[in-house]
Amino acid sequence: MDASQVLDGNRSLARRARSRMFRGSLQGSEYTWALAFVIPYIAIFLIFVIYPVVYGLWLGSDPASYVELFDDPIYQTTIINTALYLAIGVNVKMFLALLLSGFFMRRGWWVKALLMIYVLPWAVPQLPVFISIHWMLNGDYGLLNNLLFELFGIEGPSWLDSHWLALGSVILAYIWKWMPFWTVILLAGRMAIPQEIHEAAKIDGATGIRSFVHVSFPLLANLYLVCTLLSTIFTVGDFNTATFVSGGGPAFSTFTLATLGIRDAFDLAQPRVGVAAVMTALPLVVPLVIILMRKLRTAEVQL
Amino acid sequence: MTAVVAEGRLAPARDTSQTMRRIARRRRFIGNTFAGLLGAVLIIWTLIPIYNIVMVSLESHSDVFSNVIWPQHPSLDGFWLVLTQGYWYLEFFWHQYGNSIYLGAAVTILTLVISSLTSFSIGRMRIRHGWLITNAALLTYVIPQSFLAIPFYRIMQAYGLTDNIWAVIAALVTFATPYAIFIFHNYAAAIPMELDESARIDGATPFQIYYKIYLPLMMPALVAVGTYALLLAWNEYLYQFLLLSSKQSMTVPVALAQFLNSDEAPWNYMMATAIIYALPPVLVYYGFRRRMAAGLTMGGVKG
Repeated sequence: MDASQVLDGNRSLARRARSRMFRGSLQGSEYTWALAFVIPYIAIFLIFVIYPVVYGLWLGSDPASYVELFDDPIYQTTIINTALYLAIGVNVKMFLALLLSGFFMRRGWWVKALLMIYVLPWAVPQLPVFISIHWMLNGDYGLLNNLLFELFGIEGPSWLDSHWLALGSVILAYIWKWMPFWTVILLAGRMAIPQEIHEAAKIDGATGIRSFVHVSFPLLANLYLVCTLLSTIFTVGDFNTATFVSGGGPAFSTFTLATLGIRDAFDLAQPRVGVAAVMTALPLVVPLVIILMRKLRTAEVQL
Repeated sequence: MTAVVAEGRLAPARDTSQTMRRIARRRRFIGNTFAGLLGAVLIIWTLIPIYNIVMVSLESHSDVFSNVIWPQHPSLDGFWLVLTQGYWYLEFFWHQYGNSIYLGAAVTILTLVISSLTSFSIGRMRIRHGWLITNAALLTYVIPQSFLAIPFYRIMQAYGLTDNIWAVIAALVTFATPYAIFIFHNYAAAIPMELDESARIDGATPFQIYYKIYLPLMMPALVAVGTYALLLAWNEYLYQFLLLSSKQSMTVPVALAQFLNSDEAPWNYMMATAIIYALPPVLVYYGFRRRMAAGLTMGGVKG
């Protein structure tokens, strides 16, 4: 019997031991332990996810509430707002985050110091900041118009008193709050690209934009896609930004599906209509969830 | 003969290398100028809303409703008023602050315990059908939180748990655990299985392995996830707003939003409250920034 056989024998023994210890035949008490460890999470999932989801589907299964919802004049504006919020807010934010993550790859102490300041919106809680932005955009006393007047002599508009300016303000506040987070994620993605690849590309004459288009972006594309999809789902459910920056105004013109659902359910005490409003986002959300579940399972992109 | 040819060729070569260098220098200069400009724009963009919070918090009532861009008589009176609960909207400020801390601590601890036990059972003990639990977590992660708010509220109402902070804790733990499970799962993949096996052969029970081997080795991931859960609880508003209605059970963000309902909102007091509320997460964030950034990308953003 030579050494390699001994080793092989040991290895198969170890494998057998491992399979005995960890596979299906966890011995009685160990299986009990393993089960006891997952029971809290299973309980949470059943009580606080499955139960509300099923109950919500039941609440939203009444056709009459959809009739009522579609009769609501605010609903159409809400759909347009939500579509614009997602299309512009998410994509502009993600694209700028992608470009800025390249900027923050530069060397030098001042870039690092700048990054520390730049991530501040991520660290500050949402509510105080959105309330502050709401007051900042006040047409008469807000800081923004005061600054515009002091510096350039311009009389700024009343930002939150017109539909489009108010919606634009909500989108900009949203970008302000969340762009740093995604920049840091994409920055980490860029840092994971081996330096040699960039050097090789440089020797072959690819610099600047060409290096980005042909080297960085193809390597980041999958991460960028997953981040965009995730961000879209999070944004569909965003309640705070529209609620506090514009307050849904002027004249109920800046609601999104999430804020409309909460308003119908609680301000108007019609939970079924509220659930119906939220349910009309499902044709968008369900395909995204399916794509994301596949991507997250296979691609090992973790957030 | 050969030497002359060589010299003849050398002169223009030196010329081009000089122009090349000049072009490169000019390009670097343009690049640096552009980077500097971009940096300045980013700083202004990031700091204006923050500046607005600080400025308004230092203003007196007459400054708030004027067109100044820096208060004429900056004072800390607003902060003093908040700290001494000297305004009728703030009569329970410290109590509410305590509620926020209680909420944050409970969410953090429960998230850490439940998700580390779950990931230990799935990843280390390899419980049967563990992938089902992973998928359940993934599904929870991609459901927009606000969409569950209406059924969740009705269920809590049915059980008489409205105006009870534990209802909020349950909701936030539900939303924090999936991400925590992923992070733990990925981080634990780098810890050799042999450690568990040898402990098992020495007669350790699964709980001892979890407590004495798994948890200490997972420390960096625990810190990252703990920070994440704390910030999540501190950032959340919707569930706290829906489920906490009395002044005694409210948390700070709910109380802050209530200010907006008064006839003429006291912006200076609101912004002072906002700063006091925002300080802990900002400190935690900058204290654990490296750990958190590492946590966000733990397991590799492999794209």
